[in-house]
Amino acid sequence: MPDDSKKNKPKTTSEAGIPGAFEGETVSRRRFMTGTAHGAGAIAATAFTLPALAIGLAPVFEKHEQPWQAVGPPEDFDDKSYIPKTITTTAGVGEVGKSTVYVRKRNAQIDTEKRDEYNAYIAISSRCMHLGCPVRYVAASEMFICPCHGGAYDKEGKVTAGPPPRPLDRFYTRVKDGLVEIGPRFSVNSEMRRFSPRDPGQPIDGIGQYIYPARPTVRKLPGT
Amino acid sequence: MPKLKLPIPPGLKPPPKRPSENGHGEERGRLKEAGVSAVDWIDERTALSGGARWMMFRKIPRGTNWFYTLGSATLFAFLSQTVTGVFLAMYYDPNATRAYESIRYLTNEVFLGELVRGMHKWGSTVMVVLIFLHMGRTFFFGAYKYPREMNWVIGVALLILTLFMSFTGYLLPFDQRSFWATIVGVAINGTGPLVGPYLSDFMRAGPEFGATTLARFYAIHMLLLPGIIAALIGAHLYLVARQGTTAPPWMKADNDPKLRRDEA
Repeated sequence: MPDDSKKNKPKTTSEAGIPGAFEGETVSRRRFMTGTAHGAGAIAATAFTLPALAIGLAPVFEKHEQPWQAVGPPEDFDDKSYIPKTITTTAGVGEVGKSTVYVRKRNAQIDTEKRDEYNAYIAISSRCMHLGCPVRYVAASEMFICPCHGGAYDKEGKVTAGPPPRPLDRFYTRVKDGLVEIGPRFSVNSEMRRFSPRDPGQPIDGIGQYIYPARPTVRKLPGT
Repeated sequence: MPKLKLPIPPGLKPPPKRPSENGHGEERGRLKEAGVSAVDWIDERTALSGGARWMMFRKIPRGTNWFYTLGSATLFAFLSQTVTGVFLAMYYDPNATRAYESIRYLTNEVFLGELVRGMHKWGSTVMVVLIFLHMGRTFFFGAYKYPREMNWVIGVALLILTLFMSFTGYLLPFDQRSFWATIVGVAINGTGPLVGPYLSDFMRAGPEFGATTLARFYAIHMLLLPGIIAALIGAHLYLVARQGTTAPPWMKADNDPKLRRDEA
C-alpha cells in the first residue's frame, strides 16, 4: 500500500543501511552526484538550444514598418478603372519583394464606406484572398480574376465567385507632396470594415477575426 | 619427426589444401590473410560483427515475397536523395536574388549537373510513392499489429517528415512555380485556427516572403529534417531487426502434429 511504504521509507542513508553513510545524510553521495551530472547536462543543453530556437522564432515577433511609397501624381489615376502599380513589400530581395497594387480614385458611387484621410484613392492588393496567388484586373468584365482556383471579385474587391473567404486586401493611401502614396496593408471583412492585415485564406467575418489573430507586430493604423 | 598416425577426430583434422594454395596462389592467400586480420583488428576492438550479423542474417518467415522489399527500396531512395542532395548543395545559393541563377548554372553548365539534379527531383517523387506502397504493404499484411505498433508510429512520422521535405524542397529551385506553390502552401498552413498565422510567420520568417525565407527553407530541408529522418530510420530498422518480419496473412500456421514436440 502506498501509505505504508511512505511511512516505512528510511529518512536518512544510515537508516537505509547504505555503507559509508554519514549521520543525518538524506541523499546518498552517489545519488547526489548522479543528479548533479544530469542537471549540469540538462542546463548545458538548454543553454544552446534555447538561444538557437529563439533566433528561429524571433521573426514572428519582429516589428515591420511598411514605409509609404509614392506611385505617381494624382493625374495618373481616374475613378473608372484601375491602374496597376508596383510597390516593394520587402526591400533587398529583388522581384520577390515586389507586389502589384491596383489603384484608382475613390468613386462615391462604388465606394460606400466612410470617407477618411486614407481612402481618397483606393489601392487594392493583387494577392488573392483564397491562397495568395496574384489576381489580375480584367477591365472588360470589371472583375479581379485569380488564375489558380477561380476566385473572382467585383470592382470593389468583394468576392463574387470561387473560394476566397473575404474581399481583397487594401492599402492605405494618401497624397503627399503632389504624389499619391501607398502605405501599409489592411484587411477588410465583407462589410468593408478595416482589420489588421491577415494572411490569405483566413476569413475575418464573425468568429474568424478571433481564431485568425493578426500578428501582434503588424497592425492597421490606429483610429481607422 | 616420425610420421605417426594419430587417431585425430575428423573435426580437428586440418582441412585439405585448396588448389589455389598450391604454390602460385600463395600471394592471394597472404592478401586474404591481411584483409581478414584487418577486419579482425577492428572487430576485436568494436565487436561490430555481432551487430552486423544480428542485423543482416535474420530468420524470415515462409511466404516472404517481393512486397517485403518496399521498405529497403524506400531506404535506398532516401540514400539517393542524401547523396545527390549533398553534392547539389555545393552549387546551390539560398539567396532570393541568386538562387534561380545558381540552379540554372547547375543544370546547364555543370558536368552531369542536370542528371544529378534530375535524380534528386524525380527521386523525391519516387520516395513518396515508395513510402505509400510500403505503408500499404504493412497495412494489408497486418504487419502493424502487436507488437509492432511502435514501428507503425515511427513510420507515419517518417512519412510526414518526408512530406515536409517535399514541401521545403519544392521552393528551392525558386522559379515561378516553386515560389507561388510555396505562397499557396504557407497560406494553407495559415488557415489552421489560432496557431496557423503564427506558424506561417515562422515559416516565412516574417509577415511577408522575405530575405531569409529561402535560407530558412533550405536549412530545414538539408539539415533539420534529414537529421531527424536518419535518426528515425535507425530506430525503424532496429525495431524491424528486433521484432522480425511477419508472414503474409495467407500463410497458415503449421499444424503438422509431428512438428509439435510437446503435444506428441
